[in-house]
Amino acid sequence: MLTFTLRRLLLAIPTLLLISAVIFFMVDFAPGSPMSDIPLTVPPEVRAKMMAAMGADKPVHIRYILWMKQFFWNEPLYGIDALLGTDFAQGAQRIISWQSKVPVFQLIGERLPQTLTVMGTAYLIGILIALPIGIYSAYRQYSWFDLAGTFFSTMGFSVPTFFTGNLLILIFAVKMGWFPTIYDTNLRVTDWDSFYRMAMQMALPVTVLALFNAAEISRYTRASVLENLNQDYVRTARAKGMTEKTVLLKHVLRNSLIPVVTIIALGLPTVFGGAIVTEQIFKINGIGAALIGAIHVSDLPVIQTITFIFAVLIVLFNLIADILYGILDPRIRYD
Amino acid sequence: MPDGAKPVLEVRGLKTVFRTRSGAVHAVNDVSFSLREGELLGVVGESGSGKSVTMMSLIGLLPSPPADVCGGQVLLRGVDILKATPDELRRVRGARIGFVFQDPMTSLNPVFNVGNQIMEPLRKHKGMSKAAATERAVELLELVGIPDARRRLKSYPHQFSGGMRQRVMIAIALACDPEVLIADEPTTALDVTIQAQILELVKELRQKLGMAIIWITHDLGVIAGIADRILVMYGGQVVEQGPVREVFHAPQHPYTRALLRTIPKLHGAREARLEAIEGQPPILTAAPAACPFAPRCAHAFDRCRAENPARHSIDSRALGEGHDVACFWQAPAPQEAAHA
Repeated sequence: MLTFTLRRLLLAIPTLLLISAVIFFMVDFAPGSPMSDIPLTVPPEVRAKMMAAMGADKPVHIRYILWMKQFFWNEPLYGIDALLGTDFAQGAQRIISWQSKVPVFQLIGERLPQTLTVMGTAYLIGILIALPIGIYSAYRQYSWFDLAGTFFSTMGFSVPTFFTGNLLILIFAVKMGWFPTIYDTNLRVTDWDSFYRMAMQMALPVTVLALFNAAEISRYTRASVLENLNQDYVRTARAKGMTEKTVLLKHVLRNSLIPVVTIIALGLPTVFGGAIVTEQIFKINGIGAALIGAIHVSDLPVIQTITFIFAVLIVLFNLIADILYGILDPRIRYD
Repeated sequence: MPDGAKPVLEVRGLKTVFRTRSGAVHAVNDVSFSLREGELLGVVGESGSGKSVTMMSLIGLLPSPPADVCGGQVLLRGVDILKATPDELRRVRGARIGFVFQDPMTSLNPVFNVGNQIMEPLRKHKGMSKAAATERAVELLELVGIPDARRRLKSYPHQFSGGMRQRVMIAIALACDPEVLIADEPTTALDVTIQAQILELVKELRQKLGMAIIWITHDLGVIAGIADRILVMYGGQVVEQGPVREVFHAPQHPYTRALLRTIPKLHGAREARLEAIEGQPPILTAAPAACPFAPRCAHAFDRCRAENPARHSIDSRALGEGHDVACFWQAPAPQEAAHA
């Protein structure tokens, strides 16, 4: 298992290098200029100076190599410094946002907590709802419970979040007035009162995303449990006199979870990525909103860095899914 | 053969119907037989003759719906287990009646090690501690002839060969010292040399442990070697039953005779081709009103197509004790030395 993990980690390096190059150059080739926000009254020579100050006048391959050095060397050093209070970085150049002139990682650090709180909670709740529904739906196939569950998961899966989000806002925030329509990022949980307000403002976005995630995961769970319920080893377990609970929650579940865990692990990068659309609807200024904002003003360093971090996460969770697969299924041997 | 021993298991008039959307299928029709202590009863018939369904009906292993065990009695030491609550039936399964299935490749749970799977019934039915169950599991694996048993407990099913897995299945079935072992075509999925090994193992275990065994097979050659009595099934009913030697020597039912003719012979004149029984076993959408074998039977006459024959004894012994058959046709006396 260790050899496998190390081998996979080594293999990830060329993959990520390739991805970084593709992202960097594709984003760079896109039309638009960091100067498009600058008023036309600013003379061209001043513009050129501004470009030079940001390093945006350098050829693309130079910028790529510089960005690589900053991403893989300078930024980790700053990370260590921030963590341990050391001074390894010694003022080395960081990746700076063209728009806000703030280090991109600082920007991410400001945006990530909102995303993680809302998306993470939604994902967790989604899983907690989906597993029991999927398992019970399969166990009682074609029962009213199963039909209702299948109906709602089909709905949840096919109706986009921008629709359900707006619908919930319209009903519960505008008409009923139970929940706030806008997510207040400055709210810090310090006491019960602020906790209550946090819970209230999280309620709608979390509901929308949890339902969407639950719909997907419960469908996979149901299909997987159904497939396993018909296996011969289930009959063996019953012939051994095991209770239905043991049959379902031990024998069937362990086998059924193998594909489901993969789906859950591969879905996790979206938690970090932030459901971009949902963040827009609920005005949560998370990482997704940061990315969209950067795209609007051609803030290339921010776009390139955030997109590349998503790619790293996807590669990482792929690896985690594979490792979990090996732990759950003894037939899969990596060594 | 232990004559006169009292029955461990007695089945009377068992009926099972599958109620599906496209109509009912009468899979088991009025099946009666008894299994005496220490006896090995061979159950034979083609695929689809109702052998497996009968045995699974006994201990509630059929999914319901669609299966409905709608009639009869199954007396385990005099107590009707068809009337038992699901909980009581669970305490019978795996504890007093052990089951070995056809395909050892898929019958074990792939994600648990075999030790876990052997210990499960021990802990459940016997309330053994983990340590005691481990010891017993080692003992069981040694009993079924798996070398290096203690280490092998930690192995997963995929690390065993087919024959070894079937040995593990047998160990699981025997874990709680059952009174009855039901083996549903346990050697069908194995290759011939492994079949022979498993047969030897069962013979040996039977002598050691003395439980009664029901052995389901479509291979008459297997039955001849190990069974005391034989039950021939067709169309979900018993068509012939008797001590194995008598049935082989003087088969009464045309179906039994046809089955016996399908065994390839090693000695005697070489036949042009292997015999086969023409046609397919019936799918019974209603309880049979006529002999289910009549459409394929060379000896069928009008009465066979109008009336379902009841089992009748062909000797002086009581029905079920000796040799009986469900057929209107009178088989001729056996010709000596017709086949070896």
